[in-house]
Amino acid sequence: MTSQASHLTEAPEDAEPATRHTAEPEVARGRRRRPWKVVLPLVVLGVLAYLPYVAAELPGILPGRVNGPGSMQLLATCLVVAGIALSYDVLFGRTGLLSFGHALFVASGSYLLTISLSTWSLPLPAAVALALIASTVLSLVVGAVALRVGGIAFAMVTLAFAQAASIIVMRNPGGVTGGEEGKVLDRDAVPALLVGVANAPYRYWLALGFVVLAWVVVTLLIGSRAGRAMAAVRENESRAAVLGLGTYRVKLLAIVVASVLGALGGIVHALVLGGSNPHLTTSEFTLSLLVMVVLGGAGSRWGALLGGFLYAYADARLVEVSGAAWLEPLPEVVRQVLSQPLFILGVLFIVVVYFAPSGLTGLGGRLIRKAGSS
Amino acid sequence: MSDLLLLLVTGLGLGALYFLAASGLSLIYGLMGVLNFAHGVFMTAGAYAGWLTMSDLPQSLPIGARLAVAVVVAVLVGAVIGLVVEVVLIRPLYHHHIQQVLVTVGLSLAGVAAAQGIWGADPRPVETPAWMSGTTVILGARLPNDRFVYIAVALMLLAGLLALLRYTRLGLVIRAGVENRTMVEALGIDVQRTFTIVFAIGGAAAGLAGVLYSQYAGAVSPGQGGSLLIYAFIVVVIGGMGSLTGTAVAAVVVGLVQQLANYYAASGVGDLSVVLLLALVLLLRPSSLKGASA
Repeated sequence: MTSQASHLTEAPEDAEPATRHTAEPEVARGRRRRPWKVVLPLVVLGVLAYLPYVAAELPGILPGRVNGPGSMQLLATCLVVAGIALSYDVLFGRTGLLSFGHALFVASGSYLLTISLSTWSLPLPAAVALALIASTVLSLVVGAVALRVGGIAFAMVTLAFAQAASIIVMRNPGGVTGGEEGKVLDRDAVPALLVGVANAPYRYWLALGFVVLAWVVVTLLIGSRAGRAMAAVRENESRAAVLGLGTYRVKLLAIVVASVLGALGGIVHALVLGGSNPHLTTSEFTLSLLVMVVLGGAGSRWGALLGGFLYAYADARLVEVSGAAWLEPLPEVVRQVLSQPLFILGVLFIVVVYFAPSGLTGLGGRLIRKAGSS
Repeated sequence: MSDLLLLLVTGLGLGALYFLAASGLSLIYGLMGVLNFAHGVFMTAGAYAGWLTMSDLPQSLPIGARLAVAVVVAVLVGAVIGLVVEVVLIRPLYHHHIQQVLVTVGLSLAGVAAAQGIWGADPRPVETPAWMSGTTVILGARLPNDRFVYIAVALMLLAGLLALLRYTRLGLVIRAGVENRTMVEALGIDVQRTFTIVFAIGGAAAGLAGVLYSQYAGAVSPGQGGSLLIYAFIVVVIGGMGSLTGTAVAAVVVGLVQQLANYYAASGVGDLSVVLLLALVLLLRPSSLKGASA
């Protein structure tokens, strides 16, 4: 399956684009490309970090002022989801592992935090540490079992594990997980800075911090020996094995790194949204992560982040489309269907799989290169 | 004793439903290597088609007769959807298994959302014939009648599919295709057409599973197919990915384990023990999952 996954990830951003028209030496091109590759993320980060000071209104795009609590909360949610999508891309885009169980680790981070804060009355640092350590152990166990099979069977097995967790959470054993209601974050246990409507900007910065951390970890990972081994496994697992790479260890490492980042995302998610939602445990959540990564562009940091951000944004805002005036003349059934964000996202996803296999960022990059070469 | 008998029959009934859901999945996976995530949508479509048929037919007809018509309609709807999906969405991505999975994932998201938009997220109750909700007393155990219906239908489907595989030319091509698809193509047989037919058969089985599952649940809801699909996946993996008899055995085992554990341990343990069973099978016999002959 890994060789097929590579079709989707045919243009990872760190691979030099196959520019046929240039004859200049590699070194010169590398030196020329490097500055803006460092500067661009910093500029984006600077703009995002400054947003809580922007009082302008963007009607139709954000609810109220940009630094109003509504917009800040929405943007913070989108950022957390983007970071979680980036963690999923370590599996799917970088290593070619089609996992349907990533929700398990996000949910374990989120639920272990809220449960250890309220039920076990741990202080916040201890709760975070516990959630991260337990999620790491969980990912080792689940990964070790699931990696005994490959390809599609791996996808099904991870799905089954995530489903088991979902069942446990929904059954609400001992009233610990809160069942379908979810688990509310114990507000007394977290710093006052992260609680309340007025402090939405701090939660936004927290979410941004998580995205930066995930970006740095993924960047360090893909530059390391292990990251190169993951790419080798993705491109051709048999060849990687023949070359003497321990593919099992490489894949397990990818699962553990992705899961720890995902669990951290779950923790930040719980802090930003004020609790754990059982939706995090469902297979639909993992599927939506897959949709995000493919929409944005698998195997690309920008792609995963953009996909996650846009997906979360669309999921929250597309509901308003159903009330839009230009939909009025359409028949009732069509409007009912279009009022479902997931319908639009699902169809968009199919279109992207067909016509833009490297995702939106890949499409954008292709258009830019085309414009530059003509 | 009567408790045990009741548990065995209900467990078998559940296993029968799992087999109905998993048989199409297993057939499609075995021949085409496509993990069909849209199978849940096929089932949901069958359930809604059955529900609409039952409420649209004149209410003067007995419920049993309307249910029979509903089953036929659901099977046809499932087959047509399977056919269309294969021709329009799956075929262009031939040899790209991951993309095929992705497309069916998108379809499952969009399909559930569409059903939710049109009929609402809340479960809609379905009518059940009186004799199906009744019980029969055997050896002191009051056994629900509907489970016998599921078991009978599942057995008929299994027998029908096995006969199809064993005695027809189509079955021969399917069995050969599962064994070695490239060789079948090299012999000049149109495997593409077989793929379409297999998808239609899988869709029909899914439609059947959907309408019967809505009888079991007493209602139709958009997420229904998806929740059944997860167990169908587990059954397909335990059954050996693509083997029909393996799927049948796994369905029975999963249904029984789930029912017995739910009763003798605690409610909810059964669902977990199914996943545990899967982990055990993986640890003890990972080779059985590499795919098997039909």
